[in-house]
Parts: sequence; C-alpha cells; structure tokens
Amino acid sequence: MTAIASGLDAAGCRDLPVLRERGQREVFCGLTGIVWLHRRMQDAFFLVVGSRTCAHLIQSAAGVMIFAEPRFGTAILEEKDLAGLADANEELDRVVHELLARRPDIRTLFLVGSCPSEVIKLDLARAAQRLAGQHAPVRILNYSGSGIETTFTQGEDACLATMVPTCPPPTTEAAQLLIVGTIADIVEDQFTRLFETMGLRDVAFFPPRRSTALPAIGPNTKVLLAQPFLGDTLRALEARGATLLPAPFPLGVAGTTAWFEAAAQAFDIAPDRVADALAAPAARARKALERQRTELAGKRIFFFPDSQLEIPLARFLAEECGMVPLEVGTPYLHKEILAAELPRLAGIQLSEGQDVELQLDRCRALAPDLTVCGLGLANPLESEGFATKWSIELVFSPIHGFEQAADLAELFARPLRRRMRLAV
Amino acid sequence: MQLTLWTYEGPPHVGAMRIATAMQDVHYVLHAPQGDTYADLLFTMIERRNRRPPVTYTTFQARDLGGDTADLFKRACRDAAERFKPAAMLVGASCTAELIQDDPGGLAMGSGLTMPVVPLELPAYQKKENWGASETLYQLVRTICTGIPMPERQAITGRRPVVNLLGATALGFRHRDDVTEVTRLLDQIGVDVAVVMPLNATVADLRRLPEADLNVVLYPEIASSTAGWLKRTFKQPHTTVVPIGIGATRDFVREVATLTGLDADAAVATLSSRLPWYSRSVDSTYLTGKRVFIFGDGTHALAAARIATEELAFEVVGLGTYSREMAREVRAAAELLGLTALIADDYLAVERAITEAAPELVLGTQMERHVAKRLGIPCAVISAPVHVQDFPARYAPQMGAEGANVIFDTWVHPLMMGLEEHLLGMFREDFEFADGASPSHLGHGHAAPTATVERDTVMVAATEAVATLDAPPGELVWGPEAEAELKKIPFFVRGKARRNTERYATEHGITAISLETLYEAKAHFSR
Repeated sequence: MTAIASGLDAAGCRDLPVLRERGQREVFCGLTGIVWLHRRMQDAFFLVVGSRTCAHLIQSAAGVMIFAEPRFGTAILEEKDLAGLADANEELDRVVHELLARRPDIRTLFLVGSCPSEVIKLDLARAAQRLAGQHAPVRILNYSGSGIETTFTQGEDACLATMVPTCPPPTTEAAQLLIVGTIADIVEDQFTRLFETMGLRDVAFFPPRRSTALPAIGPNTKVLLAQPFLGDTLRALEARGATLLPAPFPLGVAGTTAWFEAAAQAFDIAPDRVADALAAPAARARKALERQRTELAGKRIFFFPDSQLEIPLARFLAEECGMVPLEVGTPYLHKEILAAELPRLAGIQLSEGQDVELQLDRCRALAPDLTVCGLGLANPLESEGFATKWSIELVFSPIHGFEQAADLAELFARPLRRRMRLAV
Repeated sequence: MQLTLWTYEGPPHVGAMRIATAMQDVHYVLHAPQGDTYADLLFTMIERRNRRPPVTYTTFQARDLGGDTADLFKRACRDAAERFKPAAMLVGASCTAELIQDDPGGLAMGSGLTMPVVPLELPAYQKKENWGASETLYQLVRTICTGIPMPERQAITGRRPVVNLLGATALGFRHRDDVTEVTRLLDQIGVDVAVVMPLNATVADLRRLPEADLNVVLYPEIASSTAGWLKRTFKQPHTTVVPIGIGATRDFVREVATLTGLDADAAVATLSSRLPWYSRSVDSTYLTGKRVFIFGDGTHALAAARIATEELAFEVVGLGTYSREMAREVRAAAELLGLTALIADDYLAVERAITEAAPELVLGTQMERHVAKRLGIPCAVISAPVHVQDFPARYAPQMGAEGANVIFDTWVHPLMMGLEEHLLGMFREDFEFADGASPSHLGHGHAAPTATVERDTVMVAATEAVATLDAPPGELVWGPEAEAELKKIPFFVRGKARRNTERYATEHGITAISLETLYEAKAHFSR
C-alpha cells in the first residue's frame, strides 16, 4: 500500500520525495468544518443529513458543547428513511420546515451530505432546489462533508465551492482582490488595514461574515488564497473567470510578506509603498518571534496529516524558527496551490495519505522532539514520552499574518516549555 | 428523520468501543469510513487514556466503494491480528458500512484468524451507545463462555463467597472509582471479587466468569442482558439493586448477603457513611424541600430521585431519562413522586421542561449543566454523557458509602448556604444581592452576572408562553407596585410566582394585577 514516487513533476523543478500511503487514516471528515464555518457566517445554519455518528462527531470535535442553541444540527436518518427515498425526502422537507420556522434569523441553510446520505444517494442538490422554492428568501445550498469524499478541512472547500455559483457577477470592469478561506475576524481586520495602507481599498473576503454579503466574481477577480485546502473552490472561481495569484501562505513573517507582495504586484502598487506598509509589522513580528526561535531552533518535528496546513507550517517553522522537519504528512498534496511552498521544503520527507500504524512506527523510530498530530494520537504519544502539539488548535486559532506569527510559534514552543518546567 | 442538535448517546459502535477499550486484550476491527476515527478522541482526550483504543478502522473512501471494500476489511483484520495479537477479535460495521452490507462477521471468519471472533450486529439506525455496549458485552461473553461446563460450585460454608462485577466500561461515568468502592464494600462484608468485566479484564478472565457464586450488576443498561444469560446458562444469580445512595447501598448489601447466605444485618452494620448525619445536622435544614430537577441515564436518574427525596429531603419537581430501555422504571418512579416522567433524547425538550419547572437545583448530564448555567440555576452532574471534568483526578465514586459522601458534597456545594440564603431573601435591595449573586463560597463568576437580564427574560418569556395558554395576551395587566414586588422574589421562583399570580387572576376574573392579587395568589398556592 506504500509507494515512493520521486521526480513527480514533468517540470522537474520540484524533485520532492513523496511517500504515498493507503491505510487507516486517523483524520476527521469534512463535517468538522461546520464547527468554524457556522461561527464565521452568523446567519447561516448547517443541517447535516446523516446518522447519529455524524451528530456525535461534530459534538465531540467541537470539544466543548456550545452555549447557545448552535447554528448547526443533524437530521438523523432512521430505519424508515432508508426504506424509501421518497419518504426520506418528505422527512427532510418536514425537518427543514420545522427548523426554519424556529430560526427565522437564518438567511442561508446548508444541507450537508454525509457518508450515509451519499451511500443511499439522497440527492441533496435536488432537495436544496426544491426547498429553496418553498422557503424564499432563505437560500438553500448543499455540499458534502462526508468522510468518503472529504478529509477535515476539505469540508470548508466543499462549502465554499458550492457558494461560488451564487455570487453575483461584477458590476464594474475594475479588478478586485478576493481573499479566500476562513480566517479569524481579527486577522481579517488587520489584513484590511494593511491593504488600505498600500492603497488597496476594495478587498473582499470569502466566505463573508454574513452569508448574504457575497462578493462579486468575474474575470477581473484576482484570488489570493488564505488557506491551502481550497482546491475545489479555486476551480469554481476559475470557472467564473477569476485568476489565482500564486503566493505562499500568510503564515510567519516571510509567508505573510510574500503574500501581500503578490497582491500588490497584481494591482501595480509601487514596491516602495508595499515595503513601507509592511516594514513596521514585519519588524515587530520578527522581534516577537525571537523568543520562540531560541526555544525551537534545532528541534526536530514530525507532522501527522490533518488540515493540509502542514506544508506551509513546516516551511515557517524551518525557515523562521530553525526547526528541523523530519516528515511532513498531509492528507492531500495540492501541487498547484502549494507551488510557492514546496520548493522551500526541498529535501524534506513529505507524505501524502496515511497508514497510521506504519506512520507511528516511523515516528517512534525517528523520535522527534515534537510531534504534530490529531487528538486521538496525542495523549498516547505523550505517554510514550513524545511531546505533541494537537493539530486541531492550528485550525481553531488566529495564526495568520504578522501579528500572529509569534502566537503561531508559541503553539509549538509551549508543549516543549511545559515539559522543561514539569518536575512530576 | 429526527432533528438533533446535541445527542445524549453516541452510535452503538461507540458502545462496542467502550467494551473493547475497557479490556486488555481484545481488538475491534470496524468497517467504517474515514472520519469515524473521531471516536478515538473520546477515550484519549475526555477520559485521558494513555493508549489508543484497540480499534482498527478500514477508513474506506468513495473510490473504494466501486471496488472491493470486502477485501479491504479482510486485509484490515489480518493486519490487526498480526500487529496487535489480540486474544479475541470483535468485528462489525459503523452506520455507513452497514449500508454497503459487506458482512464483516462472515468476512472475518474467512480471513484465517486464529483467535475467537465475535461478529457484532449493531443496527446504527435504530440503536444507540448503551445498547451497543450491552450487546457487545453479551455477545463477547456468550462467544467465550459457550461450551464451558457447568462448574461444580461448593456450598458457601466455611469460605468467602465470590462474585463478579459486571458492567464497568471505558468512558463510563465514575465506573473506575465505583469498581474500587464496590470491591472494598464487598470485602468489608466478607465477599471476594473474582472477575471485573469488562474494565481491565482479559479474555482469560472471561472464562472464569461461571465460577463465581453471584454476579453483581453495576450498570443495568450495560450488564443486564449478560447477567441474564449467565443466570440461564450457569445458574448464577445476580443482583438487582444498584448501590448509589446510602439507602440503596444498604439494600444492595442486604441483597448480596441474602444471595450468598451471609448474615444480612451484620453486613449492613459494617456500613458507615457521613451522609445520614450530615443530612440530619441542623445546617442541612435549609435543604428541606429544595426543588430539584433530575435527568440522566436510567440508573443514575432513578438513584438520584431516591437520594433526593429520602436522603436529602429535596422535592423532586422533574424526573426524566434518555434511556428508553429504562423508561418503564423511570415512569414508575416519577409516578410515585406525583410527576410525569420525561422520556426524551431531545435536549431542547429537556431544556423546556427545566425552564418550566423552575427548579433550585438541576441534577443532570453535561447537557443540563449547560442549560442550568444559561438559566442561572445551580447544577451537579450525575450521569453520562461525560466531559473531561467527569474524570476527576481524585477518588470520586458514586456507589457505596463513599459514593454517598461524594454525592452529598457534590449536590450541596452548588447551593447557597443556609444563612446566606435567608439574608438574600430579607434584603433583596442590597446592591450586592442582585439577581445572579452566586453563593459567596463559590467566588465570582460562578453564575454569570451579565446573564442576569437575559436569564430573567428567558424565564419570563417561558412562563409567559405558558400563561398565554390560559389568558389571551393583553387581558392581564400588571400594576407597577405588583411588578416591583415580583422583582423582590428570588429569580429562580419568580417565573413560577408570575405564572401562579396570572393563573390566580384569570381564575378569579381579575384583569389588573395589584399587590393584593400577588399576595392573594401566594396564599392561595401555598396551601
């Protein structure tokens, strides 16, 4: 089940050893994305059409139960729904009806497909069309967050991809910058201010904070990805004529600088002006990073696959914190999206997919100083004596941009510092 | 199709995982898509287990569905057998794999495995976690113990009786400490424990199950069917009383003594708990008639109802369970208390019931803890579903004499102390005694002060919603004096006071509610 593919590119410029594995994948499914997407879009509701397992997964992945009535739920399929699809559709209509009657504040309802709904071929696209007719002006969209099709952050990709066709066409010929991928509100505000300083005022963020405030998309849209896991969304945007601005991801000082520069270049902003805008925050971030750098430099790190953020993270930790990546695992290696990242990890073992038992064997043999892994593996590895960093925190924390660069490094430094301090 | 926001129980295969993870040398091969591996974190994070659950998932993907998922399953079985070398293998499917009908049992049998294989059929679209745990325990014991000859049990004279403890699992609410406590308790009355099953058990231990004189059913939801089979097959009697609370602990000791031929009075005399004295001491007078709402799994809800009424002299104003398997028992217990039991796994229905009952203390699960926090009502957790807090570092059983002590502390602690409550009642207008003032021994921020207004709105909204059933809106008008007086009533009973006053007014044809009406209604309903 393991194959080593090297020299995988015809271009030959990214001669990276990639270990491809198929086996048990210890990762979340795409439904998990609902945990942050429903916070990002406060007028949207996510209705999973699935099983009790789906409901239990989201509740467990959310870690703590959320205080208010959450803006997500599960329509749990029961025996009688499986018996006939006609009945399942009728039942779904009833549940949606009840839900929207109770939540008149909801502007967009996402019907989220799951493993069981995909396997029984419940057509949620048709259901969304049918229901949209009955519940206007509420938008009803659908996507699949099923584990047979999506891994963890791909749920956001599927969600955004389904939103793209509902975005309006542009009303002007002017080029517009579109930042794609959920980032923390505070980071969005920082980015907006920096773009303004550079003279770029018309910047749209996708997904928007309100599900109805959709950005216009057309041939003049220039896309800058804030997250690396958005392959399908990118394809949907390109189908509307938008173009991707190739850039590394805005993690760490170097990544953030290059990311802003890519935008500035596309909008013909004078390099001096860009340098002026970025100089102060970049210097501040570098200074803030000094402490973690002394703690992290020379430390060997191993990444289990999780969010697809692994490659940009490893680049940041290697370049700016002096860490030594031993293996960088990712659920999927999207070469186009990572084109500006991959050359910077030359010579480092990458792995795509997973056979968790074999990967654990490799990890133990390499005995890294820090292992980045999911919640199911962290405590068992700690008890074997390995310091770990739970990867889910990297998705749930503000880590992008200059002001967060030291916070990001701190997430990796803290487990190491904690072990130094403890005398028990 | 059932709309669910939070669930009290996971799917049945999580119940099977609780059995497999509790044991030392069993492995579970689960036919399941990627994503279902989330269940590992329940054990490694919530319970802080230091090893992965012994579960191999096939994690099939969409592209496998067209191909050979059956072969994937067989390969997973063989790989797991070789790597983990379990003494027995559980095999089954999660909800999605159930739909593709690969027959894990048949496939495992055809995989050349040398250890006993236990095929599990856990219908994911009908059943839930506790049922899954119960069925897994039953199938495992049946597979391992079938064919063991009936042991020749010696009469229990001149030796200590020997019992098995059944039902303690991984991820169970205080199961770890209950096993320790019950083992101690039994030792104290002269009874030895042979096998604890499944917690920390091995497959070899299972084969010794039939040797014991008696099976102790710790958690009926999980162990009843297994105990029934052992009784039918090996003529082993089993206990029916769950020793939670001092009264139930006494009954349990009496039952064990009777079933094993010991002197029941002498056995009961060995018990000592602080609960009876603490409850009789004058400081506890303020607990009298405290209105409590109870919701949890069947076993813990029933136990809580008995402790609340008999051992703390609370007034139970609501009783319910999400365990449909135990609905009958819970309904009967509620009826004895003059209540209608709430049998529901919809936490919104539970929330509505709590709001309406306006209790002074909620005894519930982590769900009710959140509801209570939102409503500003003190709460103690008595049952699964569990949270990381339900696995305390300290020893905190629910069962036995020490369990009764733990329960006394846990339930009384969130409440206002006696004199403090009186002062609050007397000086409502002291600014420090604003609504939501938390008991002083709990410090700041226990009851979120900012939530005060919202909470009151929730209560009033809820009670008004009820009131409107009796009186069309607009007919009843509250006079300003009466409205002000109402605010002097502690918030947790204010909703009820408002509702009662309005009901009284409606029944007596009063449309303008004055101070008089308020006190007339108070006198009327306090009869």
